[in-house]
Amino acid sequence: MTPRQAARARLTTFRVVVLVLVGLFFLVPLLSMLDFSTRNFTGTGRTGAAWALLVTDPLLRGSIITSLVLAVLTVVLMLVLLVPTMIWVRLRVPWVARPLEFFCLLPLTVPPLVLVVGLKNVVLWLNFLFGDTPYVLTFLYVVLVLPYAYRALDAGLSAIDVPTLAEAARSLGAGWATVITRVVVPNIRTALLSASFISIALVLGEFTFASLLNYNTLQVVINLQSKANAQESVAASLASILFAAVLLIILSVVSGGRRGRAVASAAPLPTGTAPAAAPAGTAGS
Amino acid sequence: MKPERGTGVEVRLEELHRHYGSTRALDGLDLTLRPGELVALLGPSGCGKTTALRILAGLDEPTSGRVLVDGRDVTTVPANKRDMGMVFQAYSLFPHLTAQANVEFGLKLRKVDRARRAARAREMLDLVGLADQASRYATELSGGQQQRVALARALAIEPSVLLLDEPLSALDAKVRTQLRDEIRRVQLEVGTTTLFVTHDQEEALAMADRVGVMSKGVLQQLDTPQELYAHPVNAFVADFVGLMNRVPAEVADGRVRLLGTEVATLDGSVTDGAGVALLRPEQLTVRPDPDGTAEVVDVMFSGAVSRLRLRAGEQELVSQLSGSALSGLSAGTRVRLGVDAERLLVTAP
Amino acid sequence: MARRSGVRLRPALGVLPFGVYLLIFLIVPTVTVLIGAFAENGRPSAANLAALADGSVATALLNSVAVSAVTALIGGVVGALAAYAVVTGRPDGVLRRLVTSVCGVLAQFGGVTLAFAFIATLGISGVVSTWLDAHLGTSLTSSVWLFGLKGLVLVYSYFQIPLMVIVFLPALDGIRPQWREAAANLGATGWQYWRYVGLPLLAPAFLGALLLLFANAFAAYATAAALVSQGSPIIPLWIRTALTSEVVLGRQNFAYALALEMIVVVAAVMIGYTLLVRRTARWIR
Repeated sequence: MTPRQAARARLTTFRVVVLVLVGLFFLVPLLSMLDFSTRNFTGTGRTGAAWALLVTDPLLRGSIITSLVLAVLTVVLMLVLLVPTMIWVRLRVPWVARPLEFFCLLPLTVPPLVLVVGLKNVVLWLNFLFGDTPYVLTFLYVVLVLPYAYRALDAGLSAIDVPTLAEAARSLGAGWATVITRVVVPNIRTALLSASFISIALVLGEFTFASLLNYNTLQVVINLQSKANAQESVAASLASILFAAVLLIILSVVSGGRRGRAVASAAPLPTGTAPAAAPAGTAGS
Repeated sequence: MKPERGTGVEVRLEELHRHYGSTRALDGLDLTLRPGELVALLGPSGCGKTTALRILAGLDEPTSGRVLVDGRDVTTVPANKRDMGMVFQAYSLFPHLTAQANVEFGLKLRKVDRARRAARAREMLDLVGLADQASRYATELSGGQQQRVALARALAIEPSVLLLDEPLSALDAKVRTQLRDEIRRVQLEVGTTTLFVTHDQEEALAMADRVGVMSKGVLQQLDTPQELYAHPVNAFVADFVGLMNRVPAEVADGRVRLLGTEVATLDGSVTDGAGVALLRPEQLTVRPDPDGTAEVVDVMFSGAVSRLRLRAGEQELVSQLSGSALSGLSAGTRVRLGVDAERLLVTAP
Repeated sequence: MARRSGVRLRPALGVLPFGVYLLIFLIVPTVTVLIGAFAENGRPSAANLAALADGSVATALLNSVAVSAVTALIGGVVGALAAYAVVTGRPDGVLRRLVTSVCGVLAQFGGVTLAFAFIATLGISGVVSTWLDAHLGTSLTSSVWLFGLKGLVLVYSYFQIPLMVIVFLPALDGIRPQWREAAANLGATGWQYWRYVGLPLLAPAFLGALLLLFANAFAAYATAAALVSQGSPIIPLWIRTALTSEVVLGRQNFAYALALEMIVVVAAVMIGYTLLVRRTARWIR
């Protein structure tokens, strides 16, 4: 064996060992959840009882619906607020771009836990206006998903030359509204999808706001039910992970050649750039 | 052990093969570099020239064959024990080190003490004309300056062989010419045996003592630039080195008929029958003549010499004339063509 | 004059709706926290801040810092090794795509679901703990270590490692093969390459990633909330206590002070990183 071959063999060994060990660390808890949630503690064999509760337990079912509706509402409000604003800033008020980025990324440095402390009074107002419904969380969740959605949309808008497209459309007689809805938006479809998917995944996994404001979303109920039926909680946990995983993997396929960058909306940082621009990965953790 | 400055060593590549699966990057390359000379390996991308250089550097290993430096077989010696200085295409400077520290890097590994290291680095930076940029980082230097530092870094360790891997290809035209002359000057000054890999024939012809033209993993011809240009051994070399007109020709009794004229062929290897004549632009003479068989398409004036594009029937041709010979020629002028019979190469069609 | 400034400012009105939203849901709560921390019963007061020095609160801060630092280090080292194992493979290979997608999912996978994943694995009746007790004679099923600080370190690593992979991959991609070859050419052994070139080049990105991971763990709430039901060993759980039981340590605004403490720590980390990069590395543009 030449020294070069020896070095290559060493590298291969290193890679296999590291990837297998790390892979096991990530796989074992997931498999344990599957095993735990289907185990029959009172008899032998397997049981799907805990999984059946996902639809039959009214509390759990209700919370799943609440969380899904919240996810949709959050996506809608996020898109309505963010997309026209970001396009408009690029087109007409570029000097707002830097402050806009600063504020959109700010929730990465101000933990959700801090926001919820400061939002108590705002939530009282929301309850006064909309009643005591979990859907007021929509307003808070948009803040939560802001950095991730911003990055996805920013990447999409940077890939096209918005001002030139707009000038071309306007020279053909389009108004500003037409420029945004008929020219720019169709060109950033992947980015809209990324922003929406990442938002859904975050909302479905959110616990901090809902729990401290006492609304029964999916994660809150999972936590609540654990005392009565741990298997049910584990089954619901695994289901919610799988759902989010499917969403994010579809997203990485959709955004295709960019190798899942959007999923990991996560900061392709060039060597040594400031982490302030990177995501604090687990927004809801 | 180490050669004194100014005395290069001999480098031999013997029967080198490098196969990647079924592709043969090198298919029996034989090449000898005489002590102190600069040999350029020239060829299109994928011809194996870079593979040859990387094998000589120890960054790649041959499937079979030997590498000899100063008579010593170094085929299995790892790259870091070969004592060769290499300049890469681009971006090879360590970005976290200043120009000075980059140049000192190899000396530091050789445990040269700090003072001598600094002195040597300054001497090298001076040699490449960058003494005043010693404390800059790569990102603060232009592309040309970075390559000069890379050259200084490669030479600082007094390498037995200097390897240049298309060091100019990432630079813009003006800097390229300037740095080309600079590298040649430095190489002559230190006298290190040098292998230079390029796809740019102008670069190869201008810098090298001898040029090796490669194709499909094999050396086609190794000769001085003048010889290569004047007497290419085959159509590939003729085509790759310098601009060539390919003209249908008829050979009979030692004479070649082409473009409506007839000249004597000097090349004995041409067999009778139909062939293709390879004509350098300067071998094609042009004279205004209303009854001529060709017509000027356009004139590209570029200083001392100018190029003429011509059409004779279906045939497109290029001719090169000195500025004064241009009078009376413009687009549309009908002309009569002549052929400078000396060094006329005719190949099979 | 008036007309010209009107022309210049009118396009800026387009960002007004989003601006108002940010004001209410991001800026107001942040400012509420900042001001509230310095008040009690509507009057300026340093009492809440002073209470941060209270024995168990101070211990919680130390615990928070320790858990964050340890998980940042574990996540950083393991994540960097895993990223290196991935990056030494084919750049467009299946492995790379798979790992980036999976890490994108796992880095977002925090909170309640993650807590239950580990309860199902290593909890009182967890799959792995039961197996280990039966086969290796450990006593994991009768231990509550998972629900304390050690448990937090293990569970946090689950989202810290993938986050590190995502953040560190681009830094590794930035290491050009020419540098390794140039080093070898100048006489460097593999070890010398890492000592003089590889590690110094990666150090700023690595440190930056560590600080990001630290902030990520420090701000995490949901995982700890689901895992630790007794007591408040870390600062985020103190905030839960302060929010859910109206008056803690006899003070209404104590949650504000705790939230301020979190902002200060996270901000200090981010500023520290920025300064570090600026001071040490002129070579990073």
